[in-house]
Amino acid sequence: MNSRIPPTLLLAHGSGGRLTQDLVRDAFVPALDNPFLATLTDAAVLPELPPGRPAMSTDGFVVDPPVFPGGDLGYLSVAGTVNDVAMVGARPLWLTWGLILEEGASGELIATCAAGAARAAQEAGIEIVAGDTKVVPKGKGDGIYAVTAGLGVVPPGRDVGDHRIRPGDAILVSGPIGDHGATIMASRHDLQSDGLRSDCGCENSLVEAVFDAGVEIHSLHDPTRGGVLTVCHETAERTALRLTLQETEIPVRREVRAVCEVLGLEVLSLACEGRVLAWVAENQASAALKAFQNHPSGAGAAIIGRVSERQPGQVPLVLQTQSGGQRPLDLLSGSDLPRIC
Amino acid sequence: MTGEQLLSDSKAVTGLVRRIQDVAKKLDRTATIMEVCGTHTHTVAGAGLRRMMPPGVRLVSGPGCPVCVTPVGFLDRALALARLPDTILCTFGDLMRVPSSTISLERARAEGVDVRIVYSPRDALVIAKDNPEKRVVFLAVGFETTVPTFAAALAEAEQLEIPNVLILPGNKVIPPAMVALVEDPDLDVNGFLLPGHVSVLTGWEVFRFLAESHGVPGAVVGFSPTDVLRGVLELLQQHVDGRAETKNLYSRVVSSEGNIAAHALVERFFEPTADQWRGFGEIPGSGLKLRSEWAHRDASRIAVEVPPPVEPVGCRCGDVLRGVIDPPECPLFDAGCSPDTPVGACMVSSEGTCSAWFRHERWSEG
Amino acid sequence: MCLAIPMRLTERDEISGVVELDGIRREISLMLLPEAEVGQHVLVHAGYAIGTVNEEEAAQTLELLREYADAMVDL
Repeated sequence: MNSRIPPTLLLAHGSGGRLTQDLVRDAFVPALDNPFLATLTDAAVLPELPPGRPAMSTDGFVVDPPVFPGGDLGYLSVAGTVNDVAMVGARPLWLTWGLILEEGASGELIATCAAGAARAAQEAGIEIVAGDTKVVPKGKGDGIYAVTAGLGVVPPGRDVGDHRIRPGDAILVSGPIGDHGATIMASRHDLQSDGLRSDCGCENSLVEAVFDAGVEIHSLHDPTRGGVLTVCHETAERTALRLTLQETEIPVRREVRAVCEVLGLEVLSLACEGRVLAWVAENQASAALKAFQNHPSGAGAAIIGRVSERQPGQVPLVLQTQSGGQRPLDLLSGSDLPRIC
Repeated sequence: MTGEQLLSDSKAVTGLVRRIQDVAKKLDRTATIMEVCGTHTHTVAGAGLRRMMPPGVRLVSGPGCPVCVTPVGFLDRALALARLPDTILCTFGDLMRVPSSTISLERARAEGVDVRIVYSPRDALVIAKDNPEKRVVFLAVGFETTVPTFAAALAEAEQLEIPNVLILPGNKVIPPAMVALVEDPDLDVNGFLLPGHVSVLTGWEVFRFLAESHGVPGAVVGFSPTDVLRGVLELLQQHVDGRAETKNLYSRVVSSEGNIAAHALVERFFEPTADQWRGFGEIPGSGLKLRSEWAHRDASRIAVEVPPPVEPVGCRCGDVLRGVIDPPECPLFDAGCSPDTPVGACMVSSEGTCSAWFRHERWSEG
Repeated sequence: MCLAIPMRLTERDEISGVVELDGIRREISLMLLPEAEVGQHVLVHAGYAIGTVNEEEAAQTLELLREYADAMVDL
């Protein structure tokens, strides 16, 4: 780590004076180096947008622990925002990155998160053009919080959203589910693993690759908080259609399944931070699957379900179980808690 | 296919369901099969087994969810203890959203009370060591599978001289509740699916009285869909034959005498007592309290003001827990009582009969 | 109320051990199963080993299930 980064953060680092300048210059600018940030002025003046419709997203990141196998809050905050923008079919361009740091937070944590953010920005091919740092007194924060905004452009002719979903559409997932959520829960409850790691990653290039293969994606969602279960339930509600998922087709890594069994968690509700759910027309399903699988981020992709008409009063989301039965899937109330029963 | 997969395999399930259908043809009226273990409730709902049953076979949930049968007063006392200065409450995740007479532990935590979700009673020892100036109270709920883990944790606390760990005793044992079930005039249970992991600790022979004294067939079963279905098949066959026996169908982990080391530890710390079960009232010998020599580990002896318990109006959890009605027959089901806004405990725990039904058995809504 | 998972005991000392399932490991207490041997599959509940898996009985159960499954294939 840059030896000029303070070992421990003081309130004064957020007061706007010399210490703040030093912090920004030593901790953030080198990692996130680009012409916009280097100006260190009040706002970034950007070049003209490419043709198409601008798309924006904002998000807050409060993950605990902030550093986990496979990533850190810095990386996650950038990747998560890039993915949000990509989910409406937009090409992400520029992000803002705001930090709320707790007095006493370690310099090493800040350096790790800055490096993580930089790595994600590079992977996604975007630039972090503006940032901000505040420091709150000890006890008023949780180490580090990040708040972002992301700007991208939906190219002309592209129209991605739930309004395009039709009965008969296939539902695809880009890889095994629950890796991030399982990694976080495992670290909270003393489960060790060599193979378990967060799946956090930037999915914009995967999405572009599928479009480039000629697939007309109807809708996209990233199953973050609440997992595949929540995203599919919400999509079914929004579209007034019925979604049926095939349990035997949903890819789950063995370590993730083991964490769920030991702690009594529902794998469908665990967060993924580098996966995409896609809705495509029935006749494009195998082309879409191939396009996913040809991309490094989509190697474990699978077709996991179908969309159908919903009769009045019918439940929106159904799971075809591995035992050959069926059950309705309802939203969880609050987060999934480890249980003994 | 791995062994694990085979236990849930759809072809094996179909094969078992076919056999169940064959036997069910010989029934002259509906047969009621009851499970008394929340994890069995979860398997039945999770695999969609209820829907696979032929007409004439009714799968019913009994009082198998320890969270659901814990009276409101226990949560009230837990909350009162949590609000004392320098007190850390430890609990399994199962209890966090259960409504007390006022608020849940989850709500209390949001208001600043120190409540921590742990995976094991042993975790409480670590918390106690890290916080020597505080008192750590573990909410001890659960049936015979979990009781020995509390005894072991207390034994370790004694050995390691960690003085600031206590439990609030709330553990219960199942057989006395089953006596209440077979003697209940409103109920006509034709077979019991017996709890597989309770039996690992107690040995399956503790359940023989059901067949021998009350003429009700019993099958000890594990928790995969095929385990449960093998139990249903066995019970139906016995019922149709007019037999009543206790069969161990979980022999890969269940023996007749159970876990002797666990028995000794439980004996050392606990003794039976009469206890309140939601829906049943008081059942003699159904609870476990700490022996008097462990008073220093007993949080129920801490003087704290606990307001009189408030039972929710209109809630029929008691009837649901006895298996007398199915959840939709409770007037509050999906009409004010839902997993998001639970009125009674049956709706909170994901093993609660009402919660499992709401989330996995409702095929229509609105 | 019986969430207990079979896991393999990979190491142990006097009262604790490490169990493993599909690449996930956890330290657990062996106070309830003092005679457990490394290499055995034990049932793990709330951080404690509560019983051992009888491999022979397990194999018989799986064989029975294969028979049920195979009977369905022929239909």
